[in-house]
Amino acid sequence: MAEQLSTDDVRKVAHLARLKLSDQDVERFTGQLADILRYVEQLKEVDTDAVEPLVHAVELTNVLRDDVPRASLPRDAALSNAPAADGAYFLVPPILENA
Amino acid sequence: MPDVAHTPVIGLEVHVQLLTRTKIFCGCVNRFNPDEPNTQTCPVCLGLPGALPVMNREAFRLSLITAAALECELARFTKWDRKQYYYPDLPKGYQISQYDLPFSEHGALEVTTESGESRRIRIRRVHLEEDAGKNLHDESGRGADSRVDLNRAGTPLLEIVTEPDVRSAAEAKSFLDELHLLLTYLCVSDCNMQEGSLRCDANVNLHLSTGAGDAIATPIVEVKNLNSFRGVEAAVEFEIARQLKEFHETGRKLGDPGVEKETRGWDAQRNVTFAQRGKEEASDYRYFPDPDLAPVTLTDEEIESIRAGLRELPAARRSRYRNDLGLSEYDADVIVRQGERFADYFEETSGICGDAKQAANWVTQDVLREINDRGVEIGDLPVSSQALGALIGRIVDGTITVKSGRELFGLMLDESERNDEHSPDTIDRLIEERGLRIVNDSGALESAIAAAIAASPRAVEDFQAGKQQAIGPLIGKVMRDVKGADAKAVRTLLIEKLKEA
Ligand SMILES: [Zn+2]
Repeated sequence: MAEQLSTDDVRKVAHLARLKLSDQDVERFTGQLADILRYVEQLKEVDTDAVEPLVHAVELTNVLRDDVPRASLPRDAALSNAPAADGAYFLVPPILENA
Repeated sequence: MPDVAHTPVIGLEVHVQLLTRTKIFCGCVNRFNPDEPNTQTCPVCLGLPGALPVMNREAFRLSLITAAALECELARFTKWDRKQYYYPDLPKGYQISQYDLPFSEHGALEVTTESGESRRIRIRRVHLEEDAGKNLHDESGRGADSRVDLNRAGTPLLEIVTEPDVRSAAEAKSFLDELHLLLTYLCVSDCNMQEGSLRCDANVNLHLSTGAGDAIATPIVEVKNLNSFRGVEAAVEFEIARQLKEFHETGRKLGDPGVEKETRGWDAQRNVTFAQRGKEEASDYRYFPDPDLAPVTLTDEEIESIRAGLRELPAARRSRYRNDLGLSEYDADVIVRQGERFADYFEETSGICGDAKQAANWVTQDVLREINDRGVEIGDLPVSSQALGALIGRIVDGTITVKSGRELFGLMLDESERNDEHSPDTIDRLIEERGLRIVNDSGALESAIAAAIAASPRAVEDFQAGKQQAIGPLIGKVMRDVKGADAKAVRTLLIEKLKEA
């Protein structure tokens, strides 16, 4: 049985995903996530002793393309979905380097 | 605190942009183009939903070549993983990298340190990943928005990680110099540090010994932001001194509670490292196999053909020049370090003149000085290897003196355009036109000597009175009269005649 999921675990995952959760959210999601994990844990009942570990979900291999240039998007199009742009660059809130 | 002996323990992580035409997962061109930001992007490298990356065959091929040249084992099966973190230059919110099954591991690069010692630096792994875009920060201090250029996002990037085998700042620089040379010989990267095609991080700490059989070490520091080899050397030098001082002051060591790996930046202006915010733990990257990319497998035959197809590497050239051509270690190194085209020029010259040592003298001195003075590549020098080879050949076979050879070299350099037509014939024509052929005709010499003696009774008198230097003007006159005369022979003959007189 896995360790009990704590509210701290949920806060940490939320932080890594840059999600802002209220204390109420944390409580609620801790319960929901724990339920999901318990559900998935049923897989542990399968006997995998003779099975090679799966390293990749895709069974295809060696899908490669030739090194041939294709047209890029016009800059206007590239920037068009951005919340903020100045016509040449994407704009983001100031990044504090070395902070 | 008692005296402690310290051994620097340094591992390097080098990022190299590969010389492909297109990016790693899309058809956008792979070109340094900061003047036209965000003109080389598409749904794949912008990370738009639904876009599918597909591995660039050439990027993978260049990766394999590099790893093979670094003596790495190549994996029969490799896959790509998502390394998840948030930064504005990473549009997908994850970088496609390689985690537990990199395409190559366990290599080595042999380097010669400045003291001439040979060291084998082990390579832990080489993996292939994508580069991020570039953030431009507001430098005005007014807190304006940062700007993001995604032209670089998705550039194929090799990460080369060494074992912590480097033992000094100078050795770190030697390693990078040799790696740089190797990469340029392989033509896998242009290694332009100004443009960021080659970047380096250094992990540094000190193993300390107080002589009591103890094994303690200072906390490990990763120095980031090193974009010149001199920078790496200076940063490592600084870290060694800083860590030693800190240890003496605080006694903090690796393994103490609360001691974690520290990330520091390098300030090239002030020549110091400075503390940066701690990186998220490795496990926080939550790597998992990228379901958008198929794994790549290699057969034994494919691996064999990559190894067999490797061009001659710098180390092999050096030893061939020493062992087969009889060059000194120094000359071999100077030539190989100038790059493959220069080394080829040397080999062609040497092949034509038939004297490798003479050819080495000429290319490491006259030719190297000339291309440095002109600020040109070897291919732009007006004197072709054929011409130089023919010229040196005439020195080797005794037709002209070295001094005349230099005169001819200068003449050919003055030609505005490179003339690959210079053959032994045209060299010979120049020799005749300029009257540079060494005169072995004793009749011509003797009459010139007789004339010189007759014309300068004063000098003759002085010489006979014991003033050795009085012979100088006499030699000069003979040399002027008989072009191509050998000064030593003239002197010997003159002295003979003067003694007879
Ligand atoms: Zn693209």
